[in-house]
Amino acid sequence: MLKVENLVTGYRGKEGFVRAVDGVSFDIKKGETVCIVGESGSGKSVTSMSVMRLVEFENGEIISGSIEYMGEELTTKSNEEMRKIRGAEISMIFQEPLTALNPVFTVGKQIVEAIRYHQPLNKKQAMDRAQELLEMVGLSEPKTRLKQYPHELSGGMRQRVMIAIALASEPKLLIADEPTTALDVTIEAQILDLLRKLREEEEMSIMLVTHDIGVAAELSHRIIIMYAGKIMEIAESKELFEQPHHPYTKGLLESVPKMSGERGELLPTIEGTIPGLDQMPEGCRFAPRCEFATKKCHEENPPLESKRGRQVACWHVEEFLKSEEHHFSRKEDSIEVK
Amino acid sequence: MKSNKPDVGPLLEIKNLKKYFEIKGGGALGRKKQILKAVDDVSFEIYRGETLGLVGESGCGKSTLGRNILRLQDPTAGEVVYGQENILDYSKKQMRSLRKDMQIIYQDPFGSLNPRFTIGQIIGEMYEIHGLAKGAEKETKVKELLELVGLDANRYHSYPHEFSGGQRQRVGIARALALQPEFIVADEPVSALDVSVQSQVINLLIQLKKEMGLTMLFIAHGLNVVRHISDRVGVMYLGKLVELSDTDSIFNEPAHPYTAALLSTVPEADPEARKERIVLKGEVPSPASPPSGCNFRTRCPLATERCSQEVPQWQETRNGHFTACHYPLEKGETLRDAIAQRGNDADKKMNNLIMA
Repeated sequence: MLKVENLVTGYRGKEGFVRAVDGVSFDIKKGETVCIVGESGSGKSVTSMSVMRLVEFENGEIISGSIEYMGEELTTKSNEEMRKIRGAEISMIFQEPLTALNPVFTVGKQIVEAIRYHQPLNKKQAMDRAQELLEMVGLSEPKTRLKQYPHELSGGMRQRVMIAIALASEPKLLIADEPTTALDVTIEAQILDLLRKLREEEEMSIMLVTHDIGVAAELSHRIIIMYAGKIMEIAESKELFEQPHHPYTKGLLESVPKMSGERGELLPTIEGTIPGLDQMPEGCRFAPRCEFATKKCHEENPPLESKRGRQVACWHVEEFLKSEEHHFSRKEDSIEVK
Repeated sequence: MKSNKPDVGPLLEIKNLKKYFEIKGGGALGRKKQILKAVDDVSFEIYRGETLGLVGESGCGKSTLGRNILRLQDPTAGEVVYGQENILDYSKKQMRSLRKDMQIIYQDPFGSLNPRFTIGQIIGEMYEIHGLAKGAEKETKVKELLELVGLDANRYHSYPHEFSGGQRQRVGIARALALQPEFIVADEPVSALDVSVQSQVINLLIQLKKEMGLTMLFIAHGLNVVRHISDRVGVMYLGKLVELSDTDSIFNEPAHPYTAALLSTVPEADPEARKERIVLKGEVPSPASPPSGCNFRTRCPLATERCSQEVPQWQETRNGHFTACHYPLEKGETLRDAIAQRGNDADKKMNNLIMA
C-alpha cells in the first residue's frame, strides 16, 4: 500500500545541509499497523512528515528516494495534487492537539470544513456527519461539543476531535505522530483503545510514530527501529521483543524499567549520547555507542538487509546473536545451579 | 531494595498539608472567587534514607506538594515537621540555613540552568551563597561534584547550551547535591530525557542515594520508573493522597480502585506481559470544582451513594498500607473481581469500563 524507498530528507541550516532521514526504506500493507520507534533526532517524525510531503513547509526537502502510495509516486506530485491526497487518502494526527486546532472556530465548523473539502455534502448533512464522527471517536455529548471551542475541551477530548477530523474522509492510511505523548496515562489508554477499535472496524492502515516502546508493543503488527536518521531493524512486533537482532534495539528495550523487573538494581544503559545532526559519525551511526563495533563499523555503513527473517542494519548480527545465546545459556545454567 | 521501614523513624512528617489557590472567574459575573484545592489535606511521613515515589496524573498536585514541603511555595495550612520543628513556622533566615539540608531537582534541564553562567558558576554559587567555600577551594569542590555525577571536570568553564539534555540534568543533580543535603525532592527528573539517557540518570540517582544516604521524594508520572527506584509509593488524585504503601504492595496488591486501574493501563514494552486492562472512562474533573464526597467517585467502578456523600478517611487499611476509600480492595482481590462481586448493578458497571 505504502512503499518508501531510499528516502533522504534534509534541512538547510546555518551550518549547511543536514540529513535528518538518510536512506530509509520500508512498506506498510493494507490493514497493517506499523510503528516507527526512535529517540529524539532519530528522524521518525521527519519520515512521517515526508510521506505527507509536509516537510517542505518546514524548510525541509526530500532530496532523493521514492514514496509510492497505491502505486502512485508521491514525491513528484504537485502541491495541488498532494492536497487532494492529504486528508482524503492519508490523514495525520499530531502530538499537540491544542496547536493543531484553530482556536477561533468551533469544533463543529472545523470538522465540517474537513468533511466538505473532500465530500459533496451540504452544511446540514456535513454537520450530521460531524456528529456521527464525534460519536465514533467516543466523545460524550457530541451535539454540545460541536458548538464548543478547542480551549473548552481537555487534552484527551481535543485529541479525539483531531482523530474525528482525520477520519472525516475515511482515509486508508492514518499517520499518528506521538498521538498520546501529551496525555495522561488513563487518557492515553482510552486513545489507544480507540485506535485499536478504528483499525478493526474501518480496516485502516496505521503508521504510528512514537518514542514509547510500550505504546508500540500495545498496538503494532510490525516495528521499525530508527536511530540517527537510519533504520536499524524492522521486525514483527512479537519477534522484536522476543529477540532483538540489533544491539541498539536490545539496548533500547533493556533500558526501560519493566513493571515486573527487579527493583532498585542498576538498569542496563547505552553509554554515550545520541549524535547531533551535524556530527553524524562515519560508518554505522550507532558504532560509537556499540559494544560490538569494529573498525569496519566505524568506516562502512551497514545496509538494511534481510537476515534470519527480518531486516537488520548491522555488520555483526551473527556475533551479536551468538553472544546473546551465550548469555541466555549462562543464565539458564545459573538457575539450575540454584 | 526491600521495603525497609527503618527503625530510624521519619525524617519528615507532613501533617494535613493544604495548598489552596484563589482563582477569579467563578460565579455569573466572574467576580466570585473560587478556591482551587491543589493539595487538599495530605498527611504522610518520609522515612530517613528512603525513596518515596509520588505518582499521579497531571494536575493531581504532586509537584505542588513537593514544592510546598520545601517551602518554595507557602502552604495554606498544615505542618511539615523536620527535626521536631514545624518548618512552616521558620523565618526567612532560618529557612535559608535549612536550604542546605533540602534541595530540589527539576524536570526541565533546559529551563532550570541560567544560560549566561558557566557550569562552574552555577554550581559554585551554592557554596558562595552559604559562605562555605570560594576561590580555588570552591573550584576543587565543584570539579569533584562534576566527576561524582559522571561529567568531565574539564567542563567547569562550559555553558549549559554546550551540554546535551542528559548532561544538563546531571548538572542539575550536581547543584542539588553540592551542599550535601539530607533530603531531595526530585520533580520529574527523567521525564524530559530520551530512553537511553533516562536509564543513565536513573542509575546515577540510585548510586548517589546509596553512597550519600539521601532521602528522596521522587515525583513522576512514569509508573515503571517510580516502581524501579522507590521504596514506598504514594498515589495522588485531584489534590488528595489516595494510597500509600511499600512499592511491592502498591504494585502487586493495590487497595484503591484508582491505583488498580492506573496500573492496568501502563503500556508495557513486552507484548507477552499484556495483562487485563481496565480503562477508566471520562476525565479527571477540574480541581476547582471537585465532586462531592470522594474525589474519584465520578470515574470509580465501585462507587455507591455513600461515596458521593462522605469523604473517605485516610487510614491504615492493612499493615503499613494507607488508603482513602470506602470500599478498598482486599489483599489479592482484583478490581475486576470486585466489580463483579460487589455491586448489584455489576453488569452496568462493567459496561461503563472498557476491558481488554
